[in-house]
Amino acid sequence: MADLSLKKLTKAYGQVEVLHGIDLDISDGEFVVFVGPSGCGKSTSLRMIAGLEEITGGEIWIDGRMVNNLEPKERDIAMVFQNYAIYPHMTVRKNIAFGLWNAPMSKSEKSARIEEVARVLDMDNLLDRKPSQLSGGQRQRVAIGRAMVRNPAVFLFDEPLSNLDAQLRTQMRLEIKKLHQKVGNTIIFVTHDQVEAMTLADRIVIMKDGFIQQIGTPEEVFHNPVNAFVAQFIGAPSMNMLEATGNGQDLSLRNGEKLPLQVTTLTGQKLLVGIRPDDLVLHPETPLITGNISVREPLGSETLIYVSSSHGEIVARVPGKDAPRVGEEVHLGANPDSLHVFDAESGAALV
Amino acid sequence: MSVASEVSGRPQAATDLLFSRKAKKQRNMGQILRWMVLFLGGLIMIAPIAYMISTSLKWPHEVYNVNLIPEEPTIENYTYVLEDGRFYGWFVNSIIIALITTVSNLFFDSLVGYTLCKFRFPGRQIVFIAILSTLMIPTEMLVIPWYMMSQSFGWLDSYWGIMFPGLMTAFGTFLMKQFFESVPDDFLEAARIDGLNEFQIWWRIAMPLVKPALAALAIFVFLGNWTAFLWPLIVTNSVEMYTVPVGLSGFGDEVDVAWELIMTGAAISTLPTLIVFLIFQRFIIRGVVMAGLKG
Repeated sequence: MADLSLKKLTKAYGQVEVLHGIDLDISDGEFVVFVGPSGCGKSTSLRMIAGLEEITGGEIWIDGRMVNNLEPKERDIAMVFQNYAIYPHMTVRKNIAFGLWNAPMSKSEKSARIEEVARVLDMDNLLDRKPSQLSGGQRQRVAIGRAMVRNPAVFLFDEPLSNLDAQLRTQMRLEIKKLHQKVGNTIIFVTHDQVEAMTLADRIVIMKDGFIQQIGTPEEVFHNPVNAFVAQFIGAPSMNMLEATGNGQDLSLRNGEKLPLQVTTLTGQKLLVGIRPDDLVLHPETPLITGNISVREPLGSETLIYVSSSHGEIVARVPGKDAPRVGEEVHLGANPDSLHVFDAESGAALV
Repeated sequence: MSVASEVSGRPQAATDLLFSRKAKKQRNMGQILRWMVLFLGGLIMIAPIAYMISTSLKWPHEVYNVNLIPEEPTIENYTYVLEDGRFYGWFVNSIIIALITTVSNLFFDSLVGYTLCKFRFPGRQIVFIAILSTLMIPTEMLVIPWYMMSQSFGWLDSYWGIMFPGLMTAFGTFLMKQFFESVPDDFLEAARIDGLNEFQIWWRIAMPLVKPALAALAIFVFLGNWTAFLWPLIVTNSVEMYTVPVGLSGFGDEVDVAWELIMTGAAISTLPTLIVFLIFQRFIIRGVVMAGLKG
């Protein structure tokens, strides 16, 4: 168990810099999730921490040691790969034993440790099987077992759930969270799925194009996104963005509707007003948006409606009971406190 | 027809059945044709082997008779060849040479193939092309430089002399490199994190994953060396150093070629290749298929 810090970490392939100075401090026992669209540098960062990718610039510290020039095996980390990477020609027991390759333990200590890990992961009865005889979820569990057996300072997970089907993914997500509560090691988890990020993380690191956009707890990044990208990336369905123009103390939407503002803007400043689908309500006293429903997606207790309006297509989450039909005209409004306002050019949050 | 009417009583069903019967008949014809072609192919392949065995069971005066069944079958040739000490020596020579060459190829070809496949280093492509380009030079052209080399190093008439040109092959390196392409890097990286060194990763993780390719290569190399003729003939001088093919060609004297003895020796010498093939055959078929896909 250990702290981990990244200091001005950069990565370049030839002339192309893909990671532009990442700074991050992770404290002991924290569960941190790197999330972002593909190509944002999250997996590269993880592989650099693991020692599988060379560091172009900056420093990585694990447990008070700078590990830049250490081999993966000397860094006291363990990694779980997206496609499990459990060795197909060995039994589960041998696979897990490989995690103890360099451990200074006697044979009996090793096998006791393997049994213990198998028990924690609830796979004692699978130890003598070959990977080909296991299901996807069981394979992933073996991969986690191989990482756990060493009790590393830091666990690295590289999109470990993306090869599983939806139901299994939810189940494994829960198991990983429980496992973290049980063993308490520091975990860095990479995913492109914001739901996974929200549900698992103590803190989320949102990345885009090799830059960190925001670091914060799931609540922070959801309720106080620092820019329009984070606002749209976190939360499903995405936040609606309405174009607007600032006039000092208030702003006007495209349809001429005026909204009060808590901040002062320049006159004529281009703005984006963000409204989460959950914050939109049907038939308000002062409607912001009016339009016809083009698509509706019933989810049971609630229904998503897609409304074609003068602001473009707007999605709202409304109660599932008596939800309006396709083609119906609806008026949508929102509590002014729930609005997010961003500068249209820089994307930075103003409220 | 009665079946059809029993099934439904509708005329449509009856015609359906009729058509499917016709189709079945056509399928059967196709099947028979295919079997006939395969049978002919099999016959062509088996004929030389049948003649080899038949000739080995004939007396010398009957050798030039083309009949497949010997008039007076005898195992005299077998007792002669096996009691003649020379054949035994050649057999041992061939076994030693084929085995060592095979093991060496399995080890070095896959080591080089793995390195060329999985490591990024400057000049990698040049090295690979250089190795591949040696495939374009025919053995006949290489024999003279090999001979001169063997002579200056004092390797003539020795195991080392016979073996050295084939201890590593460009073909094997290429084959193994292609197969290692199919081993995902994640396995190697997982092993790196588990703490294995690069050699252990190759030996314990990568090698077991390309077993079919190794089996195929083992058969290719073993057969190639077992039947090698030109180079062993040139590099050996003494009868004791001959391999089976070289030794067999010399059966008889200047005037008369003892075909019945050559065929007997050949028949005996197919045994090891059969054994090797039987051991590895379940891999080789897969291996050849995969090599074809990769190629």
